Amino acid sequence: MSEGIQHFEEHRDDEASKLGMWLFIFTELLLFGGLFLVYSVFRMQYAQAFYECSLELSVLIGAINTVILLVSSMTVAMSMTALQKNDIKSSLLLLGVTLFCAAIFLVNKYFEWGAKFHHGLYPGSELMKLLDRGHHLYFSLYFFMTGLHALHIIIGMTLLFICVFRIKNKSIHSQDYVFLENSALYWHLVDLIWIFLFPLMYLIS
Amino acid sequence: MSHVSEKVEYVSYLEHQGKYKGIMSWIMATDHKRIALLYMYSIMSFFFIGIVLGIMMKLEMLTPGETIMKAKMYNSVFTLHGILMIFMVVIPGLSAVFGNFFLPIHIGAKDVSFPKLNRFSWWIFVIGSIMAVLSQVLKDGPPDTGWTFYAPYSTTTSSNVIMATAAAFVLGFSSILTGLNFIVTVHQLRAPGMKFFNMPLFPWSLYATAWIQLLATPVVGITLLMLIAERAFHIGFFDPALGGDPLLFQHLFWIYSHPAVYVMMIPAMGAITEIIPTFCQRQIYGYKAIAISSLAIAGVGFLVWGHHMYTSGMSDTARWFFSLLTFIVAVPSAIKVFNWISTMYKGSIDIKPPFLYALAYIFLFIIGGTTGLLLGSVATDVQVHDTSFVVAHFHYIIFGGMGFAFFGAIHYWLPKMYGRMYDFKMANIGLVVNFIGFNLLYFPQFIIGIQGMPRRYFDYPAKFQPAQIVSSIGGFILVIGIVIMVYTLVKGARKGAPAPANPWQGSTLEWQIPSPPSVENFDEEPIIKSNPYDYK
Repeated sequence: MSEGIQHFEEHRDDEASKLGMWLFIFTELLLFGGLFLVYSVFRMQYAQAFYECSLELSVLIGAINTVILLVSSMTVAMSMTALQKNDIKSSLLLLGVTLFCAAIFLVNKYFEWGAKFHHGLYPGSELMKLLDRGHHLYFSLYFFMTGLHALHIIIGMTLLFICVFRIKNKSIHSQDYVFLENSALYWHLVDLIWIFLFPLMYLIS
Repeated sequence: MSHVSEKVEYVSYLEHQGKYKGIMSWIMATDHKRIALLYMYSIMSFFFIGIVLGIMMKLEMLTPGETIMKAKMYNSVFTLHGILMIFMVVIPGLSAVFGNFFLPIHIGAKDVSFPKLNRFSWWIFVIGSIMAVLSQVLKDGPPDTGWTFYAPYSTTTSSNVIMATAAAFVLGFSSILTGLNFIVTVHQLRAPGMKFFNMPLFPWSLYATAWIQLLATPVVGITLLMLIAERAFHIGFFDPALGGDPLLFQHLFWIYSHPAVYVMMIPAMGAITEIIPTFCQRQIYGYKAIAISSLAIAGVGFLVWGHHMYTSGMSDTARWFFSLLTFIVAVPSAIKVFNWISTMYKGSIDIKPPFLYALAYIFLFIIGGTTGLLLGSVATDVQVHDTSFVVAHFHYIIFGGMGFAFFGAIHYWLPKMYGRMYDFKMANIGLVVNFIGFNLLYFPQFIIGIQGMPRRYFDYPAKFQPAQIVSSIGGFILVIGIVIMVYTLVKGARKGAPAPANPWQGSTLEWQIPSPPSVENFDEEPIIKSNPYDYK
């Protein structure tokens, strides 16, 4: 009898979980949307300065990171297909590749940021205060936007790590993979935002 | 008889024993009804603090010059009043309390789609609230920017702006998750046979609101993060002294904060739309028009934020355009009012406290709405901008509108939520005192606003004193009314006569189940065959 009124029984609704994830992705897009708006206002105001600053960034590292993220998006999608076909080994391997790509991305980011910090270029530094308005704003936006994006990479990695463990202990399997699907969706979002950040920051002409 | 013994025994959600006991059975609750009550208790607590701050301002305004506090203190008091009332009372307000309680029941579901996420939303609501309170007591002193956090003052003042904005950010996150939960619930959990256009209108209003919460809140979230970064690193996004653009902050802030007004208002309209057909025993007039007008308000509401900035230095074209859109957004609100009145026409009206509150709501909302049109037209707005006229308009909408709708909703649904009735006579007295106090408090501010009384000033010329005194007296009367109302309701909820399942002869699903509902709401999944307002 008490089973019947037990409120904590979980009902499974994969449709609902996916819809929820999509809605959450909308909020993330609008979060970055506010930043893109601010970026476009200041880019219009300080077009020349933004161009000069973008030359300070390494297009090569940016491009490598873009390719890395695109590959990782592909591998996470492949990992899900593998799981659907009950090929757990490949699924885990592909998740591993995704996580490896994500880590490489962060390492590249670390070197990019590190080089700037080394030259005294970081938010609140003495050098930043000496820069003129356009340059100051460009680098502030650069750190703010890529920083927020890196935070999202870390969140995405955490989700994918949880997926690895849950596949291993069989709570994610070929019949119940909505958690992996949602994590992959999130990972695609992180990828997508970078696709916008890369040209906005690195490829100004 | 065998099927009777298989039937689940009825246990009220208030008495149900789950995994946790005592206070933990509330903190750890995933039942939407318990979470609704948790929100209600927290919101009411902040509401009382907000009232105390409001009364402090009214005391200060009794005489010109310093009465009980200095200017700096006054700035902090109205800032805290604003932050508490906006972010912790009226934005969660109806949707977190009555939405949580009645959305699943109205659509014939056992709970929301993500009960644990719902619990998490309340937790972070509490965390955000604690941060907001902390911002008042930390050593740099309470923020004095007003709840709008306008740059550049907010980027340069030495007070605790970072903590207060971080609190608003966290509270916004809670609001987003509630909205997300409601949208998915409406899409996924409607009972068999319940199409979108079979839903009662309260779920419709929550659905429209949820989209605003979901899409507008992240914009203010990122804006507050930028403000925090600006303060921490002197970036100059918004500070003109550093080459930034303060107008940009205002735009970003109002892109959220104007739609936020509809987050407060649309569920209030939804509750009124439930009350009126019940007490008129009549099919709601213009069901589809009301349902779609909720979506229309939500949609157009995204595009009118510029009307807060007519005097900020926007181009004439922008001001003209925002003014036009502001007039357009008034249309769906008016459609609702017409439909409410038409529903009453030839109905068998039963004058009970919830219905009286609905009438008071319509009266106050019309005053608030039409004065809003004065503010929406550029020519008059530049005259009364930043005067107490705006304060009066805003409070007529938010307190007279959303607040009275909340009072009406609690009078309407309390028998269902607690399974007990309250004393109608006392409730009516409370209503009358509230109504008189409210109008005395805010109406004089329209008049002195037109005469030039600025808002947010602790001092004023002597000629405004008579009106200020009337306003303060109104404030005290309103407090008495609220005390009477709360006393009546608390007494009713604790010791009132047991309420029948359907005390008002309502037709929506919540009245077809026992009062208070069982944990699972419905013994068996309801099958919906007709429209929700099916009165003979």
